Amino acid sequence: MKKSLGLAALAAVLVCGTASAQDIKVKIGVLTDMSSLYADVGGPGSVAAAKLAIADFTKDHPNVKVEMVSADHQNKPDIGSQIANKWIDVEHVDAIVDVPNSGVALAMSQLAKQKNKVFIGSGPASSDLTGAKCNANTVHWTYDTWMLANGTGKALVKTGGDTWFFLTSDYAFGHALERDTAAVVEKAGGKVLGKVRHPLNTNDFSSFLLQAQSSKAKIIGLANAGGDTINAIKQGAEFGIVKGGQKFAGLLVFASDVNALGLKTAQGLVLTSTWYWDMTDANRAWTKRWQAERNAPGKFPTMVQAGVYSGVLHYLKAVTALKSAADGAAVVAEMKKLPTDDPLFGKGSIRIDGRKMHPAYLLEVKSPEESKYPGDFYKLRATIPAAEAFRPLKDGGCSLANG
Amino acid sequence: MFEIFGIPSMALFGQLLIGLINGSFYALLSLGLAVIFGMLNIINFSHGAQYMMGAFAAYLLLKFTGLGYWPALIVAPLLVGLFGVVIERTMLRYLYKLDHLYGLLLTFGLALIIEGVARKNLGSAGLPYVLPDSLQGGHNLGFMFLPNYRAWVIVASLVVCFGTWFAIERTRLGAYLRAATENPTLVRAFGINVPVMITLTYGFGVALAAFAGVMAAPIYNVSPQMGSDLIIVVFAVVVIGGMGSILGAIITGFGLGVVEGLTKVFFPEASNTVIFVVMAIVLLVRPAGLFGRRA
Repeated sequence: MKKSLGLAALAAVLVCGTASAQDIKVKIGVLTDMSSLYADVGGPGSVAAAKLAIADFTKDHPNVKVEMVSADHQNKPDIGSQIANKWIDVEHVDAIVDVPNSGVALAMSQLAKQKNKVFIGSGPASSDLTGAKCNANTVHWTYDTWMLANGTGKALVKTGGDTWFFLTSDYAFGHALERDTAAVVEKAGGKVLGKVRHPLNTNDFSSFLLQAQSSKAKIIGLANAGGDTINAIKQGAEFGIVKGGQKFAGLLVFASDVNALGLKTAQGLVLTSTWYWDMTDANRAWTKRWQAERNAPGKFPTMVQAGVYSGVLHYLKAVTALKSAADGAAVVAEMKKLPTDDPLFGKGSIRIDGRKMHPAYLLEVKSPEESKYPGDFYKLRATIPAAEAFRPLKDGGCSLANG
Repeated sequence: MFEIFGIPSMALFGQLLIGLINGSFYALLSLGLAVIFGMLNIINFSHGAQYMMGAFAAYLLLKFTGLGYWPALIVAPLLVGLFGVVIERTMLRYLYKLDHLYGLLLTFGLALIIEGVARKNLGSAGLPYVLPDSLQGGHNLGFMFLPNYRAWVIVASLVVCFGTWFAIERTRLGAYLRAATENPTLVRAFGINVPVMITLTYGFGVALAAFAGVMAAPIYNVSPQMGSDLIIVVFAVVVIGGMGSILGAIITGFGLGVVEGLTKVFFPEASNTVIFVVMAIVLLVRPAGLFGRRA
């Protein structure tokens, strides 16, 4: 008896639920690194950014009911796929966002295509997501390896850094970054003198630094990320790399890495980014809200976290226009049709291959004397317009570009 | 200049020295592990976390009390050692009579908790810690540039390693300690307070880890996962040296640093794996380790 009463109640709820047909239901899953090396780049900060986007959007569109879940992929593609499968099959998640770590992101992109859902990558770097491995269910939002290589590589060769030695992280991401940068350097008339491929999470770089030192290359290109980049630069200072006239090029450096190095060690480092918290009033205002949401007054958001906010906002716009989140490919098509516009990345668009187009900024880390307040990390050296910042459509080899 | 396998000999000398310096970190860390295992029969899996605590303690001391590198080198190990004493008194001492596995599981759990707390409060990207001014710069040795700090690391490590070995193997206190490990009841009968001695030994082993952590802070990234990256290698060092053998831990630490350093020149991709290859071979040929006694 009790059971049938319960069923009746459930049926009543369902009927009521469908009765208000105006409501659009969406569920978003933030899949990120919560506990390891990218947890400060994405992690809880990405979850906070997604929450802010949902709050901002539903304020103006009360008929859109957005739910959000989040999980830790532990930087393992198999674990990420397991979570995503469960999210999509059991919990009816419509879109997966963030996903730092190119390995996990490539798996997510395939999964989104298989199940016809949406994947919005803010965290991953590999330009293959919009190149050879592109598909109609994926949008690559914030940055990619081609853009990093092009921004930093070109700028350094132009200012005289025409001989390079690479310290490369020995996996897909590092190889892609090294390949893209070497191409840019050689095209601009520079020369690659040598390279070392080191295992991921190497503690001590002194041996590699000695090899880089004896190569006499003007620029030591760091095709790695996170702790590896920090260790290399920190120990480079110790070995007098910069004093000896050589220069580091951090190909992927986040604000959180600069903070970990300290300005004294990091000063003068040139890097490329698509977003910096202290660049506009809108960014600063958003940073304050993010710090409150994240409950971390001393932390500063990275471009990945800002990208999550911007990506979720645009996704919700497309879903609202279609009045349904069910067909992933249709939603992505709508996202590409609608121009993007938000307080953090300004006006932009999404290209047919899934590449979100916005300007990139060439930044230089300030010296401790130039830095006036916490988080005052960079000075702007150049703005690279969107059309030049990202790989030309025809060079990517994406099958969507032909059709 | 002559060449060895296509590498100029001068460059090779540099790499050997670098290997020796890295080996001194392995020696310091595996020394603490060997002391704890040899005297307490506990496989201290939280050693990496305690190493990380040492580095964080140095950072926090500088930030909140203004204590620089040199005082931190003393104060941080004392604080973390005290933490070790509390752990031993409240948890570990109930496990001595049980299988090794229980101690391993407890300390592994503790390591995860300590890392989690550090990540929650201080983030995962790491924190800055600069070289002390007195150790800035370096000398050109002709075949390589040797930073002063690295020279200091090797000296400090040798002194601490030799001091610990001497205290345990060559002094009366060390003799008591070794006797207490063999037969606690008998040593107690001589009026020696064995439990306090054991507690202090654990505290000392933990303090050694923290000391290595402070030594690492100016040159390695100070982050919550800095210990877990290193601890597996250090365990391999202890296994190769022979579990519980203090001299074995020291010599293997330095030796494997050199082996790893050379791998970084000839085949850098394998530099993370080479130590485990050595471990597998040693276990096959001498299961008790190079310096271990068969139990």
